[in-house]
Amino acid sequence: MLNISNINSFYGEVQVLKDVSLHVDQGEIVTLIGANAAGKSTLISCISRTVKSFTGEIQFEGKTISNLRPDQIVDLGLVQIPEGRLLFPKLTVRENLELGSYNKNSRGNRKERLEYVYELLPRLKERSNQLAGSLSGGESQMCAIGRGLMANPKLLMFDEPSLGLAPIVVSEVMKLIRNIAKDGMTVLLVEQNVRQSLKLADRAYVLENGRIIMEGKGRDLLESPEVKKAYLGI
Amino acid sequence: MEQILQVFISGIFSGGVYALVSVGLALIFGIIGLVNFAHGEYLMLAMYFAYWMYNIIGLDPYQSLLINLAVMAIIGYLTYKIIMERVLEADHSIQIILTLALSMVLQNLALMLWKADYRNIRIDMTTDTTHIGFLTLSTPRVVAFVIAIGASVLLYMFLQKTYTGAAMRAVAQNGKAAQLMGINLKRTYGLAFTIGITLVGLAGLLLSPIYPAFPLVGSNFSTLAFIVVVIGGLTSIPGAIMGGLLIGVVESFAGYFAGPAYQQAAYFLLFILVLIFKPNGLFGRS
Repeated sequence: MLNISNINSFYGEVQVLKDVSLHVDQGEIVTLIGANAAGKSTLISCISRTVKSFTGEIQFEGKTISNLRPDQIVDLGLVQIPEGRLLFPKLTVRENLELGSYNKNSRGNRKERLEYVYELLPRLKERSNQLAGSLSGGESQMCAIGRGLMANPKLLMFDEPSLGLAPIVVSEVMKLIRNIAKDGMTVLLVEQNVRQSLKLADRAYVLENGRIIMEGKGRDLLESPEVKKAYLGI
Repeated sequence: MEQILQVFISGIFSGGVYALVSVGLALIFGIIGLVNFAHGEYLMLAMYFAYWMYNIIGLDPYQSLLINLAVMAIIGYLTYKIIMERVLEADHSIQIILTLALSMVLQNLALMLWKADYRNIRIDMTTDTTHIGFLTLSTPRVVAFVIAIGASVLLYMFLQKTYTGAAMRAVAQNGKAAQLMGINLKRTYGLAFTIGITLVGLAGLLLSPIYPAFPLVGSNFSTLAFIVVVIGGLTSIPGAIMGGLLIGVVESFAGYFAGPAYQQAAYFLLFILVLIFKPNGLFGRS
């Protein structure tokens, strides 16, 4: 469904991504793990085209998308839930959610999407008239996920959804991602929380210093001595 | 007492147009982050256009309102497409020099093509007065006030109540996140710029029966609009409306008590005081 081949990206003189290739098939949960500054977020931003300085090819459903604008990427159903939520703090929760369905695919069925999201995340319904800036960390993340779902995505990319959340909320978010995937969503999850995300993943890639150094089934990587040593401290 | 009230109301009525000039500036700054130093020059263009429509075709400014707005919208859009879109990601200093240069080019083109003469539109209504109780007001000023405040409030409602308005506010709050919603940033900026220019054009049109058109007329109003916008909290539309009215009142009282020569001094003094004591503006949140 999503095919990334030989991506190289530079931030000034520094090469952030080195020849990165990966693919996500329909219906999969694929996780990309790695430490801080490994280049995970840069890769997601390349896919969404909010980072433009990269070489290599990105294909979505067989179509090259590495020359499109960010809004055109969203129109295709390739939607990112960004790191740090990036909610619109001075808009209400409801306005935030509604803007999630700005793209051509979901504009027509905004009402149904909103009902679906409210059903999935009833807390957002309670808070719908509150400013997004006043939400707690966990609620903000739920709102960001809800906003992503409003877009009627075919593939949903999560950039560090567990960042800055209490462990119990992290589990809640992971459970939510699992449920969304069960409903048929294809998921690309970028995480630093290695244990939780590998448990969730069908397949996983390990990114280190801008290079993919390992890939495999989520469970297998969880058992691998290298991952255990480098990321789980065992 | 009656006289004080008359002075106050006169101030409010001039302030309406100041508000309208300023909301366009605040909108462009708020959504695009672009400081448009050429803002007043678009007011000048609209005043000349109203003058020609009257002198050549015989339509008074109110009859030519829709054509004038359409022309200003097109000019605004073309300015954005041809000039502004190229500097969206450039440094602020580059944007400022660009809009300053644009302002000079437009002023001097006007000077070259249309000479420095003052062009007045003399319609019957120019000298009409409206009586409200014991108050006597010039009719074009009343009309200008009503339309100016109406348009400013409409803009505010558009931003607050419509989906496109929410998308524009989203772009202002976080451009990157807005892109991830599928919002086309450049198109949204183009819309904001076009609306801002159309509004300042409307202000020019409303002023044209009261105020002569000449090449430098814009600079009077753009200085004033900058003061209003700073007082109002830079990006706030209600702030710009209140700021416009406030400056109108200050100007009016200064003119009455100290003489017309002190009008500018009075609002500059207010401006300095605001910068010292409330640098986020009287209506802005810190």
